[in-house]
Amino acid sequence: MGRTGVNPVTLLVAAAGTVLVILGTWLIGVEPTVFGAAGAIVLGGAAGVVLNRNPVHAALSLVATLFGIAVLFVAMEANFLAAVQVIVYAGAIVVLFLFVIMLLGVDSADDLDTDPLVGQRPVAIVLGVLMAAGLVAVVVTSTITGAPQSGAGWVRDGDDISQIGRLLFSDHLFAFEITSLLLVIAVVGAVVLARTAKGVQIDQDEPVASLPGDPILVDEDGES
Amino acid sequence: MLAAAVSPGWYLSLAAVLFSVGAVGVMVRRNPLVMFMCVELMLNAVNLTFVTFARDLDDVGGQVVVFFVLVVAAAEVVIGLGIIVSILRRRPSATADDASLLRG
Repeated sequence: MGRTGVNPVTLLVAAAGTVLVILGTWLIGVEPTVFGAAGAIVLGGAAGVVLNRNPVHAALSLVATLFGIAVLFVAMEANFLAAVQVIVYAGAIVVLFLFVIMLLGVDSADDLDTDPLVGQRPVAIVLGVLMAAGLVAVVVTSTITGAPQSGAGWVRDGDDISQIGRLLFSDHLFAFEITSLLLVIAVVGAVVLARTAKGVQIDQDEPVASLPGDPILVDEDGES
Repeated sequence: MLAAAVSPGWYLSLAAVLFSVGAVGVMVRRNPLVMFMCVELMLNAVNLTFVTFARDLDDVGGQVVVFFVLVVAAAEVVIGLGIIVSILRRRPSATADDASLLRG
């Protein structure tokens, strides 16, 4: 399958999307159009994560979903969270995923055709459809009631950073401190997990199981 | 303020569908990395729900919770990927089914 050049289907989809966005802005207003476009990107990316055989493609679809969510945050005027979403999720977490995929070898494409657990896939899809239908039914048939719990109203003057910060360091201070503890534990855990056996240098260790087509795991003096 | 605001039901429905897609992914896929990505999808659906309620109830608390979810997700990914790397270094083609025991 040749991957050079621009796929005409991609061009067609992009052109159709542009026309749809312009038409939508004109017909139904800005926010519904933004919601429709971002929602399509979110669901398309999510489907890509689930359906792509190649983990790298799945990670890139995940980036699309995360960007769509960030756009929805902006549409709801949560600007700071949109920035954090892009920086932390797309910038850090997906890059971490890609690092691990590259570390383990990109050849590990999933075999989607075999079904080791007989009937697992249809059952999972039925359960998923039921879950989606149930959740949407609950959302559609109910109304949102209740009062704000934090007592700190959201003043929409575009300065949501200081409002979040004020609430974070007053009401949620204890949770914030616990979060720092959680991060320290995560760092220590990552170091412990990444260590090899006690006192053994990585270079002198017997070669760890090498993946097909993986040049990194060959010893430095040439013997594999 | 944008004119013609989308009602929160649309955002909540989108989040519900996104959560279900992520759940189906966790159940269907067998590559542990992709299962982790599907967990991220579910976390993002919940974040979207939180922000929607924060907007609808005029409460910044929902955004603060999203902040905490982000931090927990980052820590979870670090630990989870560490475990996955250490499993897959021993058995390169391991799927989630092969790692059913808590020992090497």
